[in-house]
Amino acid sequence: MNRAAIDLWVGIFVALGFGAILFLALKVGNLVTLDNSPGYRLEANFDNIGGLKLRAPVKAAGVVVGRVESVRLDTKSYEAVVTLRIDRDYQFTKDTIAAINTSGLLGEVYVGLDAGGDPTMLRDGDQIAKTQSAVVVEKLISQFLFDKAASPRPSASGDPVPAKSAEPAPVGAKK
Amino acid sequence: MSAELVAGIAQWLRRLGGTVTGAVAQLGFAARFLAAVLWHTPSAFRRIHLTLREIYFTGVLSLVIILMSGLFVGMVLSLQGYETLKRYGADEQLGILVALALVRELGPVISGLLFASRAGSAITAEIGLMKTTEQLAAMEMMAVDPLARVIAPRFWGGVISMPLLAALFSAAGIFGGYLVGVRLIGIDAGAFWGQMQAGVDFWPDVTNGIIKSVVFGAAVSLISVFEGYNAKPTAEGVASATTRTVVLSSLAILALDFVMTAFMFRGGNAT
Amino acid sequence: MTIPRGKIVAIMGGSGCGKTTILRLIGGQLRPQSGQVRVGGLSVPDLAPSALYELRRKSGMLFQFGALFTDMSVFENIAFPMREHTALPEELIRDLVLMKLQAVGLRGAAQLMPAELSGGMARRVALARAIALDPLLILYDEPFAGLDPISLGVVGQLIRRLNDALSITSVVVTHDVYESLKIVDYLYFVSEGRVIASGTPDEVRASSDPFVRQFVDGAPDGPVPFHYPAPAYREELFADVG
Repeated sequence: MNRAAIDLWVGIFVALGFGAILFLALKVGNLVTLDNSPGYRLEANFDNIGGLKLRAPVKAAGVVVGRVESVRLDTKSYEAVVTLRIDRDYQFTKDTIAAINTSGLLGEVYVGLDAGGDPTMLRDGDQIAKTQSAVVVEKLISQFLFDKAASPRPSASGDPVPAKSAEPAPVGAKK
Repeated sequence: MSAELVAGIAQWLRRLGGTVTGAVAQLGFAARFLAAVLWHTPSAFRRIHLTLREIYFTGVLSLVIILMSGLFVGMVLSLQGYETLKRYGADEQLGILVALALVRELGPVISGLLFASRAGSAITAEIGLMKTTEQLAAMEMMAVDPLARVIAPRFWGGVISMPLLAALFSAAGIFGGYLVGVRLIGIDAGAFWGQMQAGVDFWPDVTNGIIKSVVFGAAVSLISVFEGYNAKPTAEGVASATTRTVVLSSLAILALDFVMTAFMFRGGNAT
Repeated sequence: MTIPRGKIVAIMGGSGCGKTTILRLIGGQLRPQSGQVRVGGLSVPDLAPSALYELRRKSGMLFQFGALFTDMSVFENIAFPMREHTALPEELIRDLVLMKLQAVGLRGAAQLMPAELSGGMARRVALARAIALDPLLILYDEPFAGLDPISLGVVGQLIRRLNDALSITSVVVTHDVYESLKIVDYLYFVSEGRVIASGTPDEVRASSDPFVRQFVDGAPDGPVPFHYPAPAYREELFADVG
């Protein structure tokens, strides 16, 4: 095997190898979609973000308009402060509602944006005023059981934030 | 207890101790060997054609088996995964399943095992044979250090080839998964690729897979050259060295895989 | 043992008596547990790596079966030491390689691979490789072993002629008495790690030392016994009876 042939084949091999790595990075992973499109940041506070992860999608009407950039806990109000990075092409009204939803029962957790009718738009660094925290299934179940056990009254519809009054440690809540 | 029983136990204990000290001595020997090989790295890269030749023999000639195995593994993953996911109505997650399984684990590990049995055993046999036919001694007598000229290029050839082979394995596997999932079973192509892209993160998943394959490459290459260099210069010696290479390399890959996975993928949450 | 410059000295003895070990000691591959090994006045075991490197550059070794590099052609085997240790241009190396091959009579075999050579041819190529850098000292490990009569004559003649033409010092480890007596200047006889006899070829032929006589005459029994040490014959045969 002479040297020229070896060099050629090694070159092809290394090129193929790097091509595979590139394929894995771009087509399979999400290296590109993270960094390229210019965007602006919005902040939203939630009582409970549920299973929301970093780089989770931000969707409006089902269309991905951005990603979750960072999540931290505000130590004064004990709320979760989520920073969203929104694509520059999309503008949202000042009365937009940010809700944490799950696509399907076992699907991924994402932030859904519901725009309102306010003429002014949110700008870079603005805070989304109205938020809806994640539905934590265990709390729903415990709420249901609590309501059932207590005197029959219409249980709060879908309101995941339990009443500030004392509630008994329910059966299935702490997992 | 009878005197024979005591003597028997004592002898057994002596042998156990001897085996352990022997193994520890071997480990120390191997560590010094690794240091010597690394010391000669600059000359392996100055004479780049030596290393290129080794990349050819270990990498290029393994392409066929790696690509074919990757393809089949991906296809099987897709088939098996679909059956289970369908039960939870999560069959659209098939893309993520195949991609993550391959990129994080199966790509580096299986291609590492294949590499050990194909290229690793060949390296051990070649070096062992050179030792048996006194080629290494001849080189020494000609004032050419065999560590620099024979061992180091083979070591680095393996280290460079492994991550490339692992990436090719994973890529072939994902393609196989696509063939079965989208073409055969009928999952939506957009969901397949889209979910995959959302679920596979470059930094934790792909790069950790690459790191794993580099570590595996170093382990397999070191074991191969070590066993070859220290083989007894007879036919049986070379044969048993070759077998030991494959066995030790495989065990090393699986053990290192556990250790690295425990470090890299703690918790499972991307933070 | 003393090996004078420019002479061919043979070291003879039965198998396993330590002849190859002597070559390894001279070449610095082994360290002696006691005693001295000096080449050109320098003590070999105490040499610094760079000095050992210099010594090896100036010496050549012919291994028992050639030890040619099997993945290179004959030409590349001989060019190997030149390419490793000199910065000579390729045209010059080509000429030198062809000259060395001409000296051993194998110029036409330059492009063959070692696997395609017969035993005698491989030995000669290895000899050409050993003289590639015009060494001052050549060590031969059993150069006559396993050769046909014609090749034996060829190799013997080459050793003598190269030694004289290039003013080399040659150390030949062998147990071929006939060929050695034809070409060497001095012989040492070694048995079980000790020198037990020495002399010029004429002295050896006329020697009355029983070991030398047994060796030269090829007698099966003598100071080197025929029987491997074993218990008394009678006892061993009848051991299991009664």
